[in-house]
Amino acid sequence: MKIRELDAAAVTGAVRQLCLQANRTLPPDVKAAMDAARAAEPWPLAQETLGLLAQNLDAAAQNELPICQDTGMACVFIELGQDVHISGDLQAAVDEGVRRGYAEGYLRKSITGDPLQRKNTDDNTPAFLTVTLVPGDACRITVAPKGAGSENMSRLAMLKPADGVQGVKDFVLENVRLAGSNPCPPIVLGVGIGGSFDKCAALAKHALLRPLDTPNPDPYYAALERELLQAVNAMGIGPQGFGGATTCLGVSIEQAPTHVACLPVAVNVSCHVTRRATVTL
Amino acid sequence: MQYRLTTPLCKADLAPLRAGDTVLLSGVVFTARDAAHARMAELLDAGKPLPFDLRGAAIYYVGPTPERPGCVIGAAGPTTAGRMDSFTPRLLDLGLACMIGKGKRSEAVKTAVVRNGAVYLAALGGAGALMAASVQSCKVIAWPDLGCEAVRRLVVQDMPLTVLLDAHGGDLYESGPAAYLQSQKGESEACKT
Repeated sequence: MKIRELDAAAVTGAVRQLCLQANRTLPPDVKAAMDAARAAEPWPLAQETLGLLAQNLDAAAQNELPICQDTGMACVFIELGQDVHISGDLQAAVDEGVRRGYAEGYLRKSITGDPLQRKNTDDNTPAFLTVTLVPGDACRITVAPKGAGSENMSRLAMLKPADGVQGVKDFVLENVRLAGSNPCPPIVLGVGIGGSFDKCAALAKHALLRPLDTPNPDPYYAALERELLQAVNAMGIGPQGFGGATTCLGVSIEQAPTHVACLPVAVNVSCHVTRRATVTL
Repeated sequence: MQYRLTTPLCKADLAPLRAGDTVLLSGVVFTARDAAHARMAELLDAGKPLPFDLRGAAIYYVGPTPERPGCVIGAAGPTTAGRMDSFTPRLLDLGLACMIGKGKRSEAVKTAVVRNGAVYLAALGGAGALMAASVQSCKVIAWPDLGCEAVRRLVVQDMPLTVLLDAHGGDLYESGPAAYLQSQKGESEACKT
Protein backbone atom coordinates (compact mmCIF):
# COMPACT_ATOMS: atom_id res chain seq x y z
CA MET A 1 0.00 0.00 0.00
CA LYS A 2 1.23 3.47 -0.89
CA ILE A 3 1.45 6.15 1.77
CA ARG A 4 0.62 9.64 0.53
CA GLU A 5 2.91 12.41 1.75
CA LEU A 6 1.15 15.67 2.65
CA ASP A 7 3.20 18.72 3.50
CA ALA A 8 2.08 20.43 6.71
CA ALA A 9 2.38 23.76 4.86
CA ALA A 10 -0.62 22.73 2.72
CA VAL A 11 -2.64 22.28 5.92
CA THR A 12 -1.57 25.76 7.10
CA GLY A 13 -2.67 27.37 3.83
CA ALA A 14 -6.02 25.59 3.87
CA VAL A 15 -6.79 26.49 7.48
CA ARG A 16 -5.91 30.16 6.84
CA GLN A 17 -8.32 30.31 3.90
CA LEU A 18 -11.10 28.48 5.78
CA CYS A 19 -10.83 30.91 8.73
CA LEU A 20 -11.44 33.83 6.35
CA GLN A 21 -14.24 32.14 4.43
CA ALA A 22 -16.12 30.86 7.49
CA ASN A 23 -16.11 34.22 9.25
CA ARG A 24 -17.39 36.22 6.26
CA THR A 25 -19.87 33.92 4.52
CA LEU A 26 -22.55 31.67 6.00
CA PRO A 27 -22.77 28.08 4.73
CA PRO A 28 -25.50 27.79 2.04
CA ASP A 29 -27.72 25.56 4.21
CA VAL A 30 -27.73 28.06 7.11
CA LYS A 31 -28.42 30.97 4.75
CA ALA A 32 -31.28 29.01 3.14
CA ALA A 33 -32.74 28.21 6.58
CA MET A 34 -32.60 31.91 7.54
CA ASP A 35 -34.34 32.92 4.28
CA ALA A 36 -37.03 30.25 4.69
CA ALA A 37 -37.65 31.29 8.31
CA ARG A 38 -38.03 34.92 7.29
CA ALA A 39 -40.52 34.03 4.56
CA ALA A 40 -42.61 31.96 7.00
CA GLU A 41 -42.41 34.26 10.05
CA PRO A 42 -45.88 35.62 10.93
CA TRP A 43 -44.88 38.09 13.70
CA PRO A 44 -44.02 41.56 12.31
CA LEU A 45 -41.20 42.47 14.73
CA ALA A 46 -39.62 39.03 14.19
CA GLN A 47 -39.80 39.37 10.43
CA GLU A 48 -38.24 42.82 10.63
CA THR A 49 -35.45 41.46 12.85
CA LEU A 50 -34.75 38.59 10.43
CA GLY A 51 -34.61 41.19 7.64
CA LEU A 52 -31.92 43.11 9.53
CA LEU A 53 -29.94 39.90 10.05
CA ALA A 54 -30.11 39.32 6.27
CA GLN A 55 -28.85 42.88 5.73
CA ASN A 56 -25.98 42.12 8.09
CA LEU A 57 -24.90 39.20 5.88
CA ASP A 58 -24.88 41.51 2.85
CA ALA A 59 -22.90 44.17 4.75
CA ALA A 60 -20.32 41.58 5.80
CA ALA A 61 -19.90 40.31 2.23
CA GLN A 62 -19.68 43.80 0.70
CA ASN A 63 -17.21 45.21 3.21
CA GLU A 64 -15.17 42.04 3.80
CA LEU A 65 -16.16 42.27 7.46
CA PRO A 66 -16.78 39.34 9.77
CA ILE A 67 -20.51 38.55 10.07
CA CYS A 68 -20.17 38.68 13.86
CA GLN A 69 -17.51 40.40 15.97
CA ASP A 70 -17.08 37.22 18.01
CA THR A 71 -14.97 35.43 15.45
CA GLY A 72 -14.75 32.67 17.96
CA MET A 73 -12.61 29.77 18.99
CA ALA A 74 -11.10 28.21 15.90
CA CYS A 75 -12.61 24.72 16.17
CA VAL A 76 -10.83 22.64 13.54
CA PHE A 77 -11.89 19.13 12.56
CA ILE A 78 -9.64 16.97 10.42
CA GLU A 79 -10.71 13.68 8.94
CA LEU A 80 -7.35 12.21 8.13
CA GLY A 81 -7.05 9.26 5.79
CA GLN A 82 -4.94 6.57 7.43
CA ASP A 83 -2.89 6.27 4.23
CA VAL A 84 -1.69 9.87 4.61
CA HIS A 85 1.53 10.90 6.26
CA ILE A 86 1.81 14.55 7.32
CA SER A 87 5.34 15.90 6.95
CA GLY A 88 5.67 18.27 9.90
CA ASP A 89 3.86 19.04 13.13
CA LEU A 90 0.09 18.93 12.50
CA GLN A 91 -1.04 20.99 15.52
CA ALA A 92 1.63 23.59 14.77
CA ALA A 93 0.58 23.71 11.11
CA VAL A 94 -3.08 24.23 12.05
CA ASP A 95 -2.16 26.90 14.62
CA GLU A 96 -0.09 28.73 12.01
CA GLY A 97 -3.10 28.71 9.65
CA VAL A 98 -5.29 30.18 12.39
CA ARG A 99 -2.61 32.77 13.25
CA ARG A 100 -2.39 33.94 9.61
CA GLY A 101 -6.12 33.83 8.91
CA TYR A 102 -7.04 35.81 12.03
CA ALA A 103 -4.27 38.39 11.47
CA GLU A 104 -4.77 38.89 7.73
CA GLY A 105 -8.57 38.88 7.97
CA TYR A 106 -8.69 41.42 10.82
CA LEU A 107 -10.54 38.84 12.89
CA ARG A 108 -10.83 39.18 16.65
CA LYS A 109 -8.35 37.41 18.90
CA SER A 110 -10.56 35.89 21.57
CA ILE A 111 -8.43 33.18 23.19
CA THR A 112 -7.08 33.46 26.71
CA GLY A 113 -4.01 31.28 27.23
CA ASP A 114 -5.10 30.18 30.69
CA PRO A 115 -8.67 29.81 31.95
CA LEU A 116 -8.01 31.49 35.32
CA GLN A 117 -5.05 33.80 34.72
CA ARG A 118 -6.70 35.04 31.54
CA LYS A 119 -3.98 36.54 29.39
CA ASN A 120 -4.91 36.83 25.72
CA THR A 121 -2.67 34.83 23.36
CA ASP A 122 -3.10 37.71 20.84
CA ASP A 123 -3.23 35.45 17.77
CA ASN A 124 -6.34 33.35 18.47
CA THR A 125 -4.27 30.21 18.92
CA PRO A 126 -4.30 27.46 19.88
CA ALA A 127 -6.83 25.96 17.51
CA PHE A 128 -9.17 23.49 19.18
CA LEU A 129 -8.21 20.55 16.98
CA THR A 130 -10.04 17.23 16.65
CA VAL A 131 -8.45 14.61 14.41
CA THR A 132 -10.35 11.51 13.32
CA LEU A 133 -8.64 8.71 11.43
CA VAL A 134 -10.67 7.43 8.47
CA PRO A 135 -9.95 4.97 5.64
CA GLY A 136 -8.33 6.35 2.48
CA ASP A 137 -5.70 8.91 1.54
CA ALA A 138 -7.62 12.19 1.74
CA CYS A 139 -7.39 14.93 4.35
CA ARG A 140 -10.70 16.75 4.94
CA ILE A 141 -10.44 19.93 6.98
CA THR A 142 -13.37 21.83 8.50
CA VAL A 143 -13.01 25.13 10.35
CA ALA A 144 -16.03 25.98 12.51
CA PRO A 145 -15.43 29.23 14.42
CA LYS A 146 -17.55 29.14 17.59
CA GLY A 147 -18.68 32.21 19.51
CA ALA A 148 -18.99 32.29 23.28
CA GLY A 149 -22.49 33.78 23.57
CA SER A 150 -24.00 30.50 22.45
CA GLU A 151 -21.21 28.22 23.70
CA ASN A 152 -21.82 29.50 27.25
CA MET A 153 -25.45 28.38 27.01
CA SER A 154 -24.48 24.74 26.36
CA ARG A 155 -24.96 22.01 28.99
CA LEU A 156 -24.50 18.30 29.65
CA ALA A 157 -26.48 15.98 31.94
CA MET A 158 -25.94 12.40 33.03
CA LEU A 159 -29.57 11.27 32.97
CA LYS A 160 -30.84 7.98 34.34
CA PRO A 161 -31.72 5.31 31.76
CA ALA A 162 -35.26 5.38 33.22
CA ASP A 163 -35.56 9.05 32.17
CA GLY A 164 -35.63 7.79 28.59
CA VAL A 165 -36.44 9.86 25.54
CA GLN A 166 -38.81 12.06 27.58
CA GLY A 167 -35.91 12.97 29.87
CA VAL A 168 -33.83 13.92 26.83
CA LYS A 169 -36.61 16.09 25.39
CA ASP A 170 -37.20 17.80 28.75
CA PHE A 171 -33.49 18.57 29.11
CA VAL A 172 -33.20 20.05 25.62
CA LEU A 173 -36.29 22.24 26.05
CA GLU A 174 -35.21 23.36 29.52
CA ASN A 175 -31.84 24.29 28.03
CA VAL A 176 -33.48 26.47 25.40
CA ARG A 177 -35.72 28.11 28.03
CA LEU A 178 -32.75 28.88 30.30
CA ALA A 179 -30.68 30.22 27.39
CA GLY A 180 -33.51 32.51 26.22
CA SER A 181 -32.15 35.50 24.32
CA ASN A 182 -28.49 34.99 25.32
CA PRO A 183 -27.30 32.77 22.43
CA CYS A 184 -28.58 35.17 19.69
CA PRO A 185 -31.64 33.30 18.40
CA PRO A 186 -32.55 31.96 15.93
CA ILE A 187 -30.33 29.22 17.26
CA VAL A 188 -29.06 25.88 15.98
CA LEU A 189 -28.91 22.95 18.41
CA GLY A 190 -26.34 20.17 18.34
CA VAL A 191 -27.48 17.35 20.61
CA GLY A 192 -25.33 14.41 21.70
CA ILE A 193 -27.04 11.37 23.21
CA GLY A 194 -25.10 8.45 24.68
CA GLY A 195 -21.40 7.65 24.83
CA SER A 196 -19.35 8.55 27.89
CA PHE A 197 -19.26 11.98 29.58
CA ASP A 198 -16.59 13.34 27.22
CA LYS A 199 -17.81 11.49 24.13
CA CYS A 200 -21.31 12.92 24.58
CA ALA A 201 -20.07 16.52 24.51
CA ALA A 202 -18.02 15.76 21.39
CA LEU A 203 -21.12 14.28 19.71
CA ALA A 204 -23.07 17.48 20.37
CA LYS A 205 -20.32 19.64 18.90
CA HIS A 206 -19.93 17.34 15.91
CA ALA A 207 -23.70 17.46 15.28
CA LEU A 208 -23.34 21.20 14.54
CA LEU A 209 -21.15 20.34 11.55
CA ARG A 210 -24.00 18.55 9.75
CA PRO A 211 -25.83 20.72 7.18
CA LEU A 212 -29.28 21.77 8.41
CA ASP A 213 -30.99 20.23 5.37
CA THR A 214 -29.52 16.79 6.14
CA PRO A 215 -31.47 14.84 8.77
CA ASN A 216 -30.07 12.08 10.96
CA PRO A 217 -29.80 8.91 8.78
CA ASP A 218 -31.69 6.89 11.42
CA PRO A 219 -35.47 7.57 10.98
CA TYR A 220 -36.01 7.34 14.77
CA TYR A 221 -33.57 10.17 15.43
CA ALA A 222 -34.67 12.14 12.34
CA ALA A 223 -38.20 12.14 13.80
CA LEU A 224 -36.84 13.24 17.18
CA GLU A 225 -34.97 16.11 15.48
CA ARG A 226 -38.20 17.29 13.83
CA GLU A 227 -40.20 16.95 17.05
CA LEU A 228 -37.64 18.95 19.07
CA LEU A 229 -37.42 21.66 16.41
CA GLN A 230 -41.19 22.07 16.46
CA ALA A 231 -41.33 22.11 20.28
CA VAL A 232 -38.54 24.73 20.50
CA ASN A 233 -40.23 26.97 17.94
CA ALA A 234 -43.54 26.70 19.83
CA MET A 235 -41.87 28.45 22.79
CA GLY A 236 -42.22 31.87 21.16
CA ILE A 237 -38.76 33.19 22.10
CA GLY A 238 -38.27 34.42 18.53
CA PRO A 239 -35.37 36.14 16.75
CA GLN A 240 -33.14 37.91 19.32
CA GLY A 241 -35.63 36.86 22.04
CA PHE A 242 -38.08 39.62 21.04
CA GLY A 243 -40.86 37.06 20.39
CA GLY A 244 -41.90 35.18 17.26
CA ALA A 245 -42.08 31.82 15.51
CA THR A 246 -38.39 31.57 14.59
CA THR A 247 -36.43 30.49 17.67
CA CYS A 248 -34.46 27.64 16.09
CA LEU A 249 -33.25 26.93 12.55
CA GLY A 250 -32.39 23.27 13.05
CA VAL A 251 -31.76 20.45 15.53
CA SER A 252 -29.07 17.87 14.74
CA ILE A 253 -28.70 14.80 16.93
CA GLU A 254 -25.76 12.40 17.06
CA GLN A 255 -26.16 9.25 19.09
CA ALA A 256 -23.66 6.61 20.29
CA PRO A 257 -23.63 3.39 22.32
CA THR A 258 -23.45 3.91 26.05
CA HIS A 259 -23.16 2.03 29.37
CA VAL A 260 -26.20 0.08 30.67
CA ALA A 261 -26.31 2.52 33.63
CA CYS A 262 -25.87 5.73 31.62
CA LEU A 263 -27.95 8.13 29.54
CA PRO A 264 -25.74 11.16 28.86
CA VAL A 265 -27.23 14.06 26.91
CA ALA A 266 -25.35 17.17 25.79
CA VAL A 267 -26.74 20.29 24.14
CA ASN A 268 -24.28 22.46 22.23
CA VAL A 269 -26.06 25.71 21.38
CA SER A 270 -25.10 27.68 18.28
CA CYS A 271 -26.43 30.97 16.96
CA HIS A 272 -27.81 32.27 13.67
CA VAL A 273 -24.17 32.75 12.65
CA THR A 274 -23.43 29.00 12.61
CA ARG A 275 -20.17 29.05 10.71
CA ARG A 276 -18.28 26.26 9.00
CA ALA A 277 -16.13 25.87 5.92
CA THR A 278 -14.60 22.68 4.55
CA VAL A 279 -11.93 21.69 2.05
CA THR A 280 -10.47 18.32 1.05
CA LEU A 281 -6.74 18.14 0.38
CA MET B 1 -42.66 54.33 18.99
CA GLN B 2 -39.27 55.42 17.71
CA TYR B 3 -37.16 57.95 19.61
CA ARG B 4 -34.05 59.89 18.64
CA LEU B 5 -31.71 60.38 21.59
CA THR B 6 -28.30 61.97 22.02
CA THR B 7 -25.86 61.29 24.86
CA PRO B 8 -25.33 62.33 27.63
CA LEU B 9 -28.81 61.20 28.68
CA CYS B 10 -30.98 62.50 31.50
CA LYS B 11 -33.94 60.82 33.21
CA ALA B 12 -36.41 63.02 31.33
CA ASP B 13 -35.00 61.72 28.01
CA LEU B 14 -35.49 58.13 29.10
CA ALA B 15 -38.80 58.31 30.97
CA PRO B 16 -41.05 58.06 27.86
CA LEU B 17 -39.30 54.90 26.59
CA ARG B 18 -41.14 51.59 26.89
CA ALA B 19 -39.87 48.05 26.28
CA GLY B 20 -40.27 47.31 22.57
CA ASP B 21 -39.79 50.92 21.44
CA THR B 22 -36.93 51.60 19.04
CA VAL B 23 -34.22 54.20 19.53
CA LEU B 24 -31.79 55.87 17.14
CA LEU B 25 -28.91 56.83 19.42
CA SER B 26 -26.27 59.45 18.59
CA GLY B 27 -23.33 60.92 20.46
CA VAL B 28 -20.56 59.45 22.61
CA VAL B 29 -20.84 55.82 23.72
CA PHE B 30 -18.16 54.02 25.77
CA THR B 31 -17.31 50.36 25.25
CA ALA B 32 -16.67 48.09 28.22
CA ARG B 33 -17.05 44.35 28.72
CA ASP B 34 -15.85 41.67 31.15
CA ALA B 35 -12.25 42.66 31.91
CA ALA B 36 -12.93 46.43 31.80
CA HIS B 37 -15.77 46.03 34.29
CA ALA B 38 -13.48 44.15 36.66
CA ARG B 39 -10.92 46.96 36.43
CA MET B 40 -13.56 49.66 36.92
CA ALA B 41 -14.68 47.87 40.09
CA GLU B 42 -11.06 47.84 41.34
CA LEU B 43 -10.76 51.60 40.74
CA LEU B 44 -14.01 52.28 42.57
CA ASP B 45 -12.91 50.08 45.49
CA ALA B 46 -9.68 52.10 45.69
CA GLY B 47 -11.61 55.40 45.56
CA LYS B 48 -10.00 56.33 42.22
CA PRO B 49 -11.71 57.97 39.22
CA LEU B 50 -12.96 55.91 36.25
CA PRO B 51 -11.62 56.45 32.70
CA PHE B 52 -14.86 58.28 31.79
CA ASP B 53 -17.67 60.14 33.53
CA LEU B 54 -20.51 57.72 34.25
CA ARG B 55 -23.15 60.41 34.75
CA GLY B 56 -25.62 60.26 31.87
CA ALA B 57 -23.29 57.91 30.00
CA ALA B 58 -24.06 54.99 27.71
CA ILE B 59 -21.96 51.81 27.88
CA TYR B 60 -21.91 49.40 24.93
CA TYR B 61 -20.93 45.84 25.81
CA VAL B 62 -18.79 45.10 22.77
CA GLY B 63 -15.39 43.77 21.78
CA PRO B 64 -15.01 44.82 18.13
CA THR B 65 -12.83 43.08 15.57
CA PRO B 66 -9.69 45.02 14.54
CA GLU B 67 -10.37 47.75 11.99
CA ARG B 68 -9.01 47.37 8.47
CA PRO B 69 -6.75 50.19 7.28
CA GLY B 70 -8.94 53.16 6.37
CA CYS B 71 -11.92 51.88 8.38
CA VAL B 72 -13.21 53.32 11.67
CA ILE B 73 -13.99 50.01 13.36
CA GLY B 74 -14.40 46.32 12.53
CA ALA B 75 -17.50 44.24 13.21
CA ALA B 76 -19.09 45.54 16.40
CA GLY B 77 -22.18 43.67 17.60
CA PRO B 78 -23.14 43.29 21.27
CA THR B 79 -21.87 40.67 23.70
CA THR B 80 -24.00 38.93 26.35
CA ALA B 81 -24.78 41.56 28.99
CA GLY B 82 -25.57 39.15 31.81
CA ARG B 83 -21.86 38.56 32.45
CA MET B 84 -21.63 42.18 33.64
CA ASP B 85 -24.61 41.87 36.03
CA SER B 86 -22.58 41.68 39.22
CA PHE B 87 -20.96 45.07 38.47
CA THR B 88 -23.96 46.87 37.00
CA PRO B 89 -26.17 48.06 39.92
CA ARG B 90 -23.21 49.95 41.40
CA LEU B 91 -22.54 51.72 38.07
CA LEU B 92 -26.22 52.62 37.68
CA ASP B 93 -26.29 54.08 41.20
CA LEU B 94 -23.29 56.23 40.19
CA GLY B 95 -25.19 57.70 37.25
CA LEU B 96 -24.84 55.29 34.31
CA ALA B 97 -27.96 56.00 32.21
CA CYS B 98 -27.91 53.51 29.38
CA MET B 99 -26.55 50.05 28.66
CA ILE B 100 -26.40 48.53 25.18
CA GLY B 101 -26.06 44.78 24.78
CA LYS B 102 -28.05 41.60 24.35
CA GLY B 103 -29.47 38.93 26.61
CA LYS B 104 -31.41 38.87 29.86
CA ARG B 105 -30.34 40.66 33.05
CA SER B 106 -30.59 39.74 36.74
CA GLU B 107 -33.37 40.93 39.04
CA ALA B 108 -30.82 43.16 40.79
CA VAL B 109 -30.06 44.92 37.50
CA LYS B 110 -33.74 45.31 36.64
CA THR B 111 -34.41 46.87 40.05
CA ALA B 112 -31.44 49.22 39.70
CA VAL B 113 -32.62 50.28 36.22
CA VAL B 114 -36.01 51.28 37.68
CA ARG B 115 -34.45 52.89 40.79
CA ASN B 116 -32.25 55.11 38.65
CA GLY B 117 -34.57 55.83 35.73
CA ALA B 118 -32.12 54.15 33.36
CA VAL B 119 -32.59 51.93 30.29
CA TYR B 120 -31.10 48.78 28.80
CA LEU B 121 -31.16 48.72 25.00
CA ALA B 122 -30.62 45.87 22.53
CA ALA B 123 -28.18 45.98 19.69
CA LEU B 124 -28.67 43.14 17.21
CA GLY B 125 -26.75 40.11 18.46
CA GLY B 126 -24.60 38.51 15.80
CA ALA B 127 -25.03 41.48 13.47
CA GLY B 128 -21.51 42.86 13.84
CA ALA B 129 -21.17 44.14 10.28
CA LEU B 130 -24.49 46.02 10.45
CA MET B 131 -23.90 47.58 13.89
CA ALA B 132 -20.50 48.88 12.78
CA ALA B 133 -22.15 51.08 10.15
CA SER B 134 -23.38 53.61 12.74
CA VAL B 135 -19.95 54.14 14.34
CA GLN B 136 -18.28 57.35 13.14
CA SER B 137 -15.14 57.32 15.28
CA CYS B 138 -13.42 55.00 17.70
CA LYS B 139 -10.54 55.72 20.09
CA VAL B 140 -9.07 53.53 22.83
CA ILE B 141 -9.10 55.62 26.03
CA ALA B 142 -8.11 53.07 28.68
CA TRP B 143 -6.38 49.73 29.15
CA PRO B 144 -5.04 49.04 25.64
CA ASP B 145 -3.46 45.88 27.10
CA LEU B 146 -6.96 44.38 27.13
CA GLY B 147 -7.04 44.26 23.31
CA CYS B 148 -10.62 43.87 22.09
CA GLU B 149 -11.74 44.43 25.71
CA ALA B 150 -10.06 47.86 26.04
CA VAL B 151 -12.33 50.82 26.81
CA ARG B 152 -13.12 52.75 23.62
CA ARG B 153 -14.82 56.09 23.12
CA LEU B 154 -17.18 55.74 20.17
CA VAL B 155 -19.07 58.50 18.42
CA VAL B 156 -22.21 56.98 16.90
CA GLN B 157 -24.88 58.35 14.57
CA ASP B 158 -28.40 56.91 14.60
CA MET B 159 -27.36 53.58 16.09
CA PRO B 160 -30.48 51.35 15.71
CA LEU B 161 -31.50 49.95 19.11
CA THR B 162 -34.54 48.41 20.79
CA VAL B 163 -35.65 49.03 24.38
CA LEU B 164 -35.27 45.83 26.44
CA LEU B 165 -35.63 47.16 30.02
CA ASP B 166 -37.37 50.48 30.62
CA ALA B 167 -37.43 52.71 33.69
CA HIS B 168 -40.89 51.44 34.63
CA GLY B 169 -40.06 47.74 34.97
CA GLY B 170 -40.93 46.74 31.39
CA ASP B 171 -38.94 43.82 29.94
CA LEU B 172 -39.20 43.02 26.22
CA TYR B 173 -37.81 39.50 26.78
CA GLU B 174 -40.99 38.79 28.78
CA SER B 175 -43.57 40.94 27.00
CA GLY B 176 -42.40 40.19 23.41
CA PRO B 177 -42.69 36.39 23.48
CA ALA B 178 -45.88 36.63 25.61
CA ALA B 179 -47.54 38.92 23.04
CA TYR B 180 -46.55 36.59 20.19
CA LEU B 181 -47.87 33.50 22.03
CA GLN B 182 -51.10 35.35 22.84
CA SER B 183 -51.55 36.18 19.15
CA GLN B 184 -51.16 32.50 18.24
CA LYS B 185 -53.68 31.49 20.88
CA GLY B 186 -56.11 34.00 19.42
CA GLU B 187 -55.58 32.51 15.96
CA SER B 188 -56.12 28.92 17.03
CA GLU B 189 -59.31 29.90 18.87
CA ALA B 190 -60.52 31.79 15.82
CA CYS B 191 -59.97 28.60 13.78
CA LYS B 192 -62.21 26.62 16.13
CA THR B 193 -65.19 28.94 15.72
